[in-house]
Amino acid sequence: MGKKLTIGHLYPDLLNLYGDRGNIQCMVKRLEWRGFEAEVKEYQLEDAIDFGELDIVLMGGGSDREQMIVCSKLKEIQKDFKAYVEDGGVVLAVCGGYQLLGKYYQTDDGMITGLELVDLYTEQKPGRLIDNIVIQSELFEMPVVGFENHGGRTFIGENKPLGKVLYGSGNTGESGYEGVVYKNVIGTYIHGPLLPKNPQLCDYLLGKALERKYGEGVVLEPLNDTQEKEANEYIYQRFVKK
Amino acid sequence: MIKDLRRILAVWAAKAIGTACRLTGRQGVTLAGKAALLICPNILTELAEEVRGPIFVVCGTNGKTTTNNLLCAALESEGKKVICNRTGSNMLNGVVSAFVLAADRRGNIDADYACIEIDEASTVRVFPYFKPDFMILTNLFRDQLDRYGEIDITMNLLKKAMQMAPDMVVVVNADDSLSTFLAMDSGNEYVTYGISKQYFEEDKDSKEIREGQFCKRCGEKMAYRFYHYSQLGDYYCPKCGFRRPGIDFDAVDVKAGQSLAFKVEGRRIQANYRGFYNIYNILAAYAGGRTAGLVLKNFNKVLKDYNPQNGRNEHFKIGKTDVILNLAKNPAGFNQNISAVMEDPAPKDIIVLINDNDQDGTDISWLWDVDFDRFRDINASSITVSGIRCQDMRLRLKYVDIPSELEPDVEKAIRRKLENGVGNLYVLVNYTGLYSTHNILKKIEGERHG
Repeated sequence: MGKKLTIGHLYPDLLNLYGDRGNIQCMVKRLEWRGFEAEVKEYQLEDAIDFGELDIVLMGGGSDREQMIVCSKLKEIQKDFKAYVEDGGVVLAVCGGYQLLGKYYQTDDGMITGLELVDLYTEQKPGRLIDNIVIQSELFEMPVVGFENHGGRTFIGENKPLGKVLYGSGNTGESGYEGVVYKNVIGTYIHGPLLPKNPQLCDYLLGKALERKYGEGVVLEPLNDTQEKEANEYIYQRFVKK
Repeated sequence: MIKDLRRILAVWAAKAIGTACRLTGRQGVTLAGKAALLICPNILTELAEEVRGPIFVVCGTNGKTTTNNLLCAALESEGKKVICNRTGSNMLNGVVSAFVLAADRRGNIDADYACIEIDEASTVRVFPYFKPDFMILTNLFRDQLDRYGEIDITMNLLKKAMQMAPDMVVVVNADDSLSTFLAMDSGNEYVTYGISKQYFEEDKDSKEIREGQFCKRCGEKMAYRFYHYSQLGDYYCPKCGFRRPGIDFDAVDVKAGQSLAFKVEGRRIQANYRGFYNIYNILAAYAGGRTAGLVLKNFNKVLKDYNPQNGRNEHFKIGKTDVILNLAKNPAGFNQNISAVMEDPAPKDIIVLINDNDQDGTDISWLWDVDFDRFRDINASSITVSGIRCQDMRLRLKYVDIPSELEPDVEKAIRRKLENGVGNLYVLVNYTGLYSTHNILKKIEGERHG
């Protein structure tokens, strides 16, 4: 029996603003290239979610209006989702999805109640933070690169950030840090999409999910990442090195 | 008197800038408009008032330039004099330029109509200067999210603009729920065009990005009887009853393959172009002209003679190689471009150029919303990725298992394929690559003939 991971994509109809499909595609391919099986389950608002059958959960970005629609649904899945996270379930939450991880997102038009999976909150402030972004994470040697576009400022409290901002704005535009890491949850404003140019981050998530499902000892064979590294290096050189 | 002098000075300055830029091979349209507006702030209002007949504006994410130029050509074929921003410079300065560069040396214009395409976000900046009589609204798709923000923001701006011109009639694509909602919501009078019957077989596995999945009126999930492409199709809201309205200019008996044909108002329309999306462009221009009361008796001849020199499906013959240059700048447009290229079954070389300059949108994540997996069935002998973000494009293709050649310099990429290609070359570029690639192809064409 081959080893297999199941990836749950939450509400792609609503949260799919910045090429989020690319993150799914990247995870699937990097599993398949190594001989693992990958299954993607897309959930719509009306679907029940059995977190027990998921190894990775992805939540992408949506417009404020679409997040409002999603938010009304989140209460129903909150308990199961929280149990999944506490059990070491892998989650990648990007942009709007990142904001939904927390307690709330206070917008000019009202309050969006979050999932309360991670102790953080977001407030809308004047001016959107829009640009390429490069961060250095303690988790990997290679920098994490991508693009950010958010009006919300996210305050992560005592939680560990994903990395230190080398170029761009990050969580609040002032803290100097970007994203959050909590157990096996990664939340970040970085899209681009995030994973293709950051294969180290993709493999980190895949490794955590395989370990949780099959125990330690599952090896992720290295892939030929020349093109990924060159694309990453290009962004790093252009915006950080100059 | 002083006012007149300012106006004449503005016209002369703009013309001088326009000429200087043309001579040095640069796109000087926006600069000319900027200078004119600085010298004579009221010039756009004054010149627009001199247009004897209606002023049309064309808005919408995709198809603006083609629709606008077709409408202009249709009006000209009826012997009318038309002001038009042909090159697609569609922000305030570009619009000013179109009028100023059409003025004579005394600063007056002689025009029956104006056909002006306007960038959606710029409508609220242009409409204070003049109130158009008709707005053609083609469609709304995600485009340059880093510049415009979410589609909701664009829709709010357009609504504001429509309400600034309450007497303006909106000619709207009824197959697009977003555009239609906007036209209804604005309170302006509206006329519809569209393709009422299903054309493509349903593809249940389609992953195509579709906007407006949720009703703009009540928030319920929209239902569709069928899609043409992206979110264009026959939609209805199961909750509040919002649905595709009756279609005033309905394209029936549609045929789209190597060429296009359909019937509207009982008239047979034929065009030697590819791309289902061009049916909408043709139909939009037709509906606009007809709504304004024109007969458009020469419409088929207009389509036959229409030869865009602006990088929209522009054809070059260089040596033995047929080259098609086309603009592809957002997921909906790129997907339609891929469909059009697929109508050509012959082997081909493809060059994709992706830049991330300000006018392109600096965020290129939209590449992942394009269905590039379809390149596998496109009969490509080679695919070259080029432009500032060629590395991202190469990765995009890698993750659908399609190998590509990397050449950041598009001129080198083109010359290589003219040397060793199969004689059938498609160059798909996003916005800032368009003008430069057009010039490169013109230059190479000239070398071969000269």
